[in-house]
Amino acid sequence: MAIAARKTKAGAPAKAAAKAPAKTAAKSTPKGAAKAIPNVPTFTKEEELHAYREMLLIRRFEEKAGQMYGMGLIGGFCHLYIGQEAVVIGMQMASKDGDQVITGYRDHGHMLACGMESRGVMAELTGRRGGYSHGKGGSMHMFSREKNFYGGHGIVGAQVSLGAGLGFANWYRQDGRVSMAYFGDGAANQGQVYESFNMAQLWKLPVVFVIENNRYAMGTSVNRASAQTDFSKRGVSFGIPGEQVDGMDVRAVREAASRAIEHARSGKGPYILEMQTYRYRGHSMSDPAKYRSKDEVQRMREEHDPIEQVRGRLTREHKLGEDEFKAIDAKVREIVNDAAEFATHDPEPDVSELWTDILLEPAQA
Amino acid sequence: MPIDILMPALSPTMEQGKLAKWLKAEGDTIKSGDIIAEIETDKATMEVEAVDEGILAKILIADGTENVAVNTPIAVIAADGEDLSAAASGGGKAAPAPQAAEAPAPAPAAAAEAPAAQAAAPSVPAQAKSYDASSEFPAGAEVVSMTVREALRDAMAEEMRRDADVFVMGEEVAEYQGAYKVTQGLLQEFGARRVIDTPITEHGFAGIGVGAALTGLRPIVEFMTFNFAMQAIDHIINSAAKTLYMSGGQMGCPIVFRGPNGAAARVGAQHSHDYAAWYSNVPGLKVVMPYSASDAKGLLKSAIRDPNPIIFLENEILYGRSFDVPKGDDFTIPIGKAKVVRPGSDVTIVSFGIGMTYALGAAEALAKEGIEAEVIDLRTIRPMDIETVIASVQKTNRCVAVEEGFPQSGVTAEIGMKIMEAAFDYLDAPVARVTGKDVPMPYAANLEKLALPNIGEVVAAAKAVCYRA
Repeated sequence: MAIAARKTKAGAPAKAAAKAPAKTAAKSTPKGAAKAIPNVPTFTKEEELHAYREMLLIRRFEEKAGQMYGMGLIGGFCHLYIGQEAVVIGMQMASKDGDQVITGYRDHGHMLACGMESRGVMAELTGRRGGYSHGKGGSMHMFSREKNFYGGHGIVGAQVSLGAGLGFANWYRQDGRVSMAYFGDGAANQGQVYESFNMAQLWKLPVVFVIENNRYAMGTSVNRASAQTDFSKRGVSFGIPGEQVDGMDVRAVREAASRAIEHARSGKGPYILEMQTYRYRGHSMSDPAKYRSKDEVQRMREEHDPIEQVRGRLTREHKLGEDEFKAIDAKVREIVNDAAEFATHDPEPDVSELWTDILLEPAQA
Repeated sequence: MPIDILMPALSPTMEQGKLAKWLKAEGDTIKSGDIIAEIETDKATMEVEAVDEGILAKILIADGTENVAVNTPIAVIAADGEDLSAAASGGGKAAPAPQAAEAPAPAPAAAAEAPAAQAAAPSVPAQAKSYDASSEFPAGAEVVSMTVREALRDAMAEEMRRDADVFVMGEEVAEYQGAYKVTQGLLQEFGARRVIDTPITEHGFAGIGVGAALTGLRPIVEFMTFNFAMQAIDHIINSAAKTLYMSGGQMGCPIVFRGPNGAAARVGAQHSHDYAAWYSNVPGLKVVMPYSASDAKGLLKSAIRDPNPIIFLENEILYGRSFDVPKGDDFTIPIGKAKVVRPGSDVTIVSFGIGMTYALGAAEALAKEGIEAEVIDLRTIRPMDIETVIASVQKTNRCVAVEEGFPQSGVTAEIGMKIMEAAFDYLDAPVARVTGKDVPMPYAANLEKLALPNIGEVVAAAKAVCYRA
């Protein structure tokens, strides 16, 4: 199965979607021929550079986290985002300040994309006091009210209802914000996802449901777990419009995201984006990934890598030189090495932290 | 043969109601399915349908009569050609109680000799007179009598007036006015954005409530019963209770989950579970379970103002009970404080929620036998005010703990352990407990009665720890 570079409306959407049809964008296009197709969205040089830097930061950060896990500095569960970087970066390029992000346990990339400090994220992975949760959350549980990042959730599918709740808060306050709830092809089979779809459309909540279809729910391929493998159609019975998006092409992601976010922000209700993506690493650090071939992984890396695509365009179309790439790479490595250094030497939380943050003190009346 | 029409029950816990209006007059012909009258409780208004056919010979209870007991004959139907005056003079054979259209339908009385009155009535004892909460009332406050249901509604309405971030969501909370009429009038005052009817989708709307609370809104999520919150318990525990800790103190979750909990009457195993012990097991939650109307009001107001996730466990049978409540919109009761509701010197009886009916009933019975029980209402299960219990046990040296929940790992098990840890040397007898029996709740009236605690069991336990026969 190749990653389709096509966007489709939800199959036969009911009334609401019919009233507000998603724009049909590019026609079906074979991968690799993108630049020949006129309807593929284009980026300016600055946008390409931004996407390149941001995606590279996630890639290098995750590679470092993998190394540190191997060294025993990171414990427990650690789910890497390598391969999927274009999804969260493209989404963030289309969002506004104040929009909220919530996701599951594969969350490091989302935190960095929201502007959270790499030191604080890495120190949480190592369970140190300078981590975003003072070492009490770990890889799967970090939050930043300041950056509107709402976690970091370890129960598959829970973030979908919670994300609809963020959208509910925006609807309640009428503050023009949109929430983005990310979940995987595995979570897409949870019952609460459909409870949330129903209420989100019923109340026209400003929420974008971003299904990161990386083809494997842990070790179970989409075909083995899903009766309907076109996830953009999962909202059809609620009249929620949806699109399949080439989640390896950051330009396609941003284009679709802009459409989806505008739909939600304008009061038309939720929107579903199926991001067709791929994770290069195992589900978690302990996953030998026996359920897929090395060739499959290799082919994705060589032909569809989201970062290499941007690098290619920067070289070909914007004539970026090797020195300039080296300078960007060096800067990113510096940030990641600094985070790793900090996270290695930052002390563990004070033992008194065991008993803090369980309940808040009520305000005095 | 004339047939009596009996006052129907609208719900398993209804004991009496108002005969609001007759829609048929004496002498009218009645067909099966005709709406013949309207009856009201504080919860609902229902139409009474005729089951039998004939002539309405005599109306026995007039329009507007209040407090008509369930199964009281309200009219007599005579068959065509029957002597109306003979029929009207009474002595008719009782018909099955007319079907009220609301589910769950009342149990029809099988025969006149076995009226359904006991079956429909809750097996818990009537309200004890001795509960006096007034010591906590603001000095000089005017006191009014109101039901627990009204107290809960007033608490929500007052807090919604006070803080625009407070809203109510749940099944039937808005247009239906609440499945148990606890949210009556809120939609009319606050509108559809703040009083939100949800689909029947507990897992989903609990998650939406928690998500909204993480942004700083203050949702009140009503579960039609806490039995249904089992579908939502992942969000209550994993999303609401743990996020503050997992976020290093960044993400508070100011939310109230409330609704009826525990046994009502004759609703079977899946609608009768008491979850106090379950939720009280979880750090990051506060668990409140009031008995009286003033506590219900004062504690619900505190819960809504509290920055933490609160489990607020109500009880269907208590909704209709009346208590004194101080007037005014700033009366609160602090969460985490127990109350000595009846002083005594011989034995401490600790309970909470509807368990208080057994505790107080037992104290009255014991007093007649010369045993003065000190009765403590925990009111909050978590954090548990064990200090108040310990202080009492240090005085009485004996304790009986009472709850409707199951015995294993129950709240009373925790009370007993805490007393052993803190006051072992003060005990003159092992702590005793009276709980619901270790069985799923049966439906049959006699079995249900056996499954629940009763005053006699509490009295027996108190005598046992006092070494009195």
